[in-house]
Amino acid sequence: MPYDPTAADPATTTAEEPPILPADRHTGCPFDPPAELTALSDKPLRRLRYADGHLGWLATGHAAARAILADPRFSSRYELMHPPLPIPGMPQELPPAMVGDIIGLDAPEHTRYRRLLTGRFTVRRMRRLTERVERLTTECLDAMEQAGPTADLVQAFAQPVPALMICELLGVPYADRERFQSQVATLFDQTADAQAKGEAHTALLRYFDELVLAKRAEPTDDLLSDLTTSDLTDEELAGIGGLLLAAGLDTTANMLGLGTFALLSNPDQLEALRADPGLAEQTVEELLRYLSVADPIPRAALEDVEVEGQLVRAGETVTVSVQAANRDPHRFPDPDRLVIHRKATGHLAFGHGAHQCLGQQLARVEMTVAFPALFARFPTLRLAVPPQEVPLRERSNIYGVVSLPVTWDEE
Amino acid sequence: MSDPRERMRLSADRDRCAGAGMCALTAPEVFDQDDEEGLVVLLHPVPLPGQWAAARMAVGLCPAGAIALDSPDSTAP
Repeated sequence: MPYDPTAADPATTTAEEPPILPADRHTGCPFDPPAELTALSDKPLRRLRYADGHLGWLATGHAAARAILADPRFSSRYELMHPPLPIPGMPQELPPAMVGDIIGLDAPEHTRYRRLLTGRFTVRRMRRLTERVERLTTECLDAMEQAGPTADLVQAFAQPVPALMICELLGVPYADRERFQSQVATLFDQTADAQAKGEAHTALLRYFDELVLAKRAEPTDDLLSDLTTSDLTDEELAGIGGLLLAAGLDTTANMLGLGTFALLSNPDQLEALRADPGLAEQTVEELLRYLSVADPIPRAALEDVEVEGQLVRAGETVTVSVQAANRDPHRFPDPDRLVIHRKATGHLAFGHGAHQCLGQQLARVEMTVAFPALFARFPTLRLAVPPQEVPLRERSNIYGVVSLPVTWDEE
Repeated sequence: MSDPRERMRLSADRDRCAGAGMCALTAPEVFDQDDEEGLVVLLHPVPLPGQWAAARMAVGLCPAGAIALDSPDSTAP
């Protein structure tokens, strides 16, 4: 549909008050987006009322989401955005990104930082870690088996496997995890107030300040040590270190926990994966699409931009719902079913555009190793509680399960 | 075989590249990443017909629009 600037914008002339962003999944299937969000997905881009009263947009269509995320006229700078939902204790105007938080930067600042990091996360380098991930996975499964035949899969497996790997890669001692694990969880928790988030962030940065000094004094064979030879300041190094650790700790962990829950809830799909472990890579892509744990992605228009025949005005915020876009029936037929044989490639679970997930190739290696290893070790793995009693991570920037009680038959 | 309409030509823009690795993941025979910055390295600007499908997919998946395709139309063998 060609854009006609003289036509009245139906979104602003309608008498109906625009909706606010639906966030609660308390009813229905734990793997589906909130029902209210799905109901809003009949249009790829629509008006959304923001927490501060701002009239912005919600993108739920796959093509619209992709176009917005790829377009540099949509900024990632927090200070230009309106938050879709209220952040407890946070002033209406969002502060700019802290030093080292490159998620909240645009080119050329973002490009400068990202280029220091992309060489460390290439497909080839991450595949070289496969054996190491296999070793860490085996160790976690050994410990889980010995303590069995029941476990919280999150504590025993989903959290430690990616945590051990990212710590090793960055050069963060895993033994220090009481100094960063709960802090990272607070940063992603949408119910945590601004003060709690500030304290968690300060504690994380203080930890990394110490670590950067230690790496400068005595470099070891890891990413953080290598970065000390770049022109980054100590403050930038600490900020980037904290960001990479947070991103590596809490994302794959939630995919492993929620993904195991999803596979156990779809026994025909799990059976197909068991029968042919060669399906692991495409199972991972389908789980990424189906679960879309990192959601939503906000952007702010720097100038007037036409998207899907609608005019987004300079200064307006767009909330890109990745979970809705990944369930767009125009892009993925029968989107609400987990189908591991499907070609899920092209999903937006890692985002799109210049900010697309830096660690995605690491996440792929971790999941491609971990899921088949888990189900091979425990052929009778099953939930130890009714599925509706599995506690979900509601209101977190990264969706998942809080815990996943499982059991299995001992040999 | 020498008919240029039956060849696919690719070009890669390393300035636009975001180093996400989607091309090297999808069409490893055609694309690579350098070890230093992880940016796209075009191994075969004129890929073989057997590599066309993967190359086309890589173009579509590139998050930064850094790969351009000058190809026979998609109905070509």
